[in-house]
Amino acid sequence: MKVGVVTFPGSLDDVDAQRAVRLGGHEAVALWHGDHDLRGVDAVVLPGGFSYGDYLRCGAISRFSPVMTEVVEAAGRGMPVLGICNGFQILCESHLLPGALIRNQRQKFLCLDQRLRIESTRTPWTAAYAEGQEVVIALKNGEGSFVADEETLDRLEGEGQVVARYLGENPNGSLRDIAGISNERGNVVGLMPHPEHSVEELCGTGTDGLGFFALASLAAEVFA
Amino acid sequence: MPRVVVDVMPKPEILDPQGKAVLGALPRLGFDGVTDVRQGKRFELVVEGEADGTVSEAVLADVTRMAETLLSNPVIENFAVRVEQDA
Repeated sequence: MKVGVVTFPGSLDDVDAQRAVRLGGHEAVALWHGDHDLRGVDAVVLPGGFSYGDYLRCGAISRFSPVMTEVVEAAGRGMPVLGICNGFQILCESHLLPGALIRNQRQKFLCLDQRLRIESTRTPWTAAYAEGQEVVIALKNGEGSFVADEETLDRLEGEGQVVARYLGENPNGSLRDIAGISNERGNVVGLMPHPEHSVEELCGTGTDGLGFFALASLAAEVFA
Repeated sequence: MPRVVVDVMPKPEILDPQGKAVLGALPRLGFDGVTDVRQGKRFELVVEGEADGTVSEAVLADVTRMAETLLSNPVIENFAVRVEQDA
């Protein structure tokens, strides 16, 4: 599959995400925030970083970039979209995902190896995992605290849209320990931790993140 | 030219870690008696006014839409729009 990785001004992890896509066995296609073109990709990754300097609110300006018009439309057609960290913030600002991400409860920027439980495998991005599987994935964020009203949280839980949850001490104050969610259909996933940093032994956090980039046949099955 | 002010504040039920940090710093500076701090944002928009210097309803409606779509995130923030008179 061809997996597009969008570079916004201020993206940091776009090259790592491209590398993870290739390690997952797919072709990585560089996409540019200013283009009205997804270059025929089958899936899109919105990478981490500080797009537009996090000005106004994280992801608030990126949401209106030309490429996001295309991503929102493609997501509506069922294209798999994964937003990591800043990408998650962009997906929330775009209303592709409910809720919002605010500053960490204790104000500190975090950088640690985080234990997670994969709660839903009904998305193309998590289909390679077993439900309830515990994984360790790099986490680094300043504004990673997921918030939504009680009704939305209950709906996310009830519909199985909580994709991953923090294990151990809640690192950033996210409500109900939520680390990642999906939309109703399951094709759009937002994740605060960084699976693209946990794909090679060399980098220290193991390779538990690789499953997010397995995609391919699984995506075809899920959306057949 | 008239100025329209948009104040954006975190909703009361949303945790405001920045406000909390400010609240925690005040007693260390010897300021007692403050029981809560909420931190928000203020936007000043200079707009084209009417001949008499007032702001039309249409412009105010536009600013409200700007506040809803870009200046604030309605999931976590409330906003208020007002016209500021020249000092």
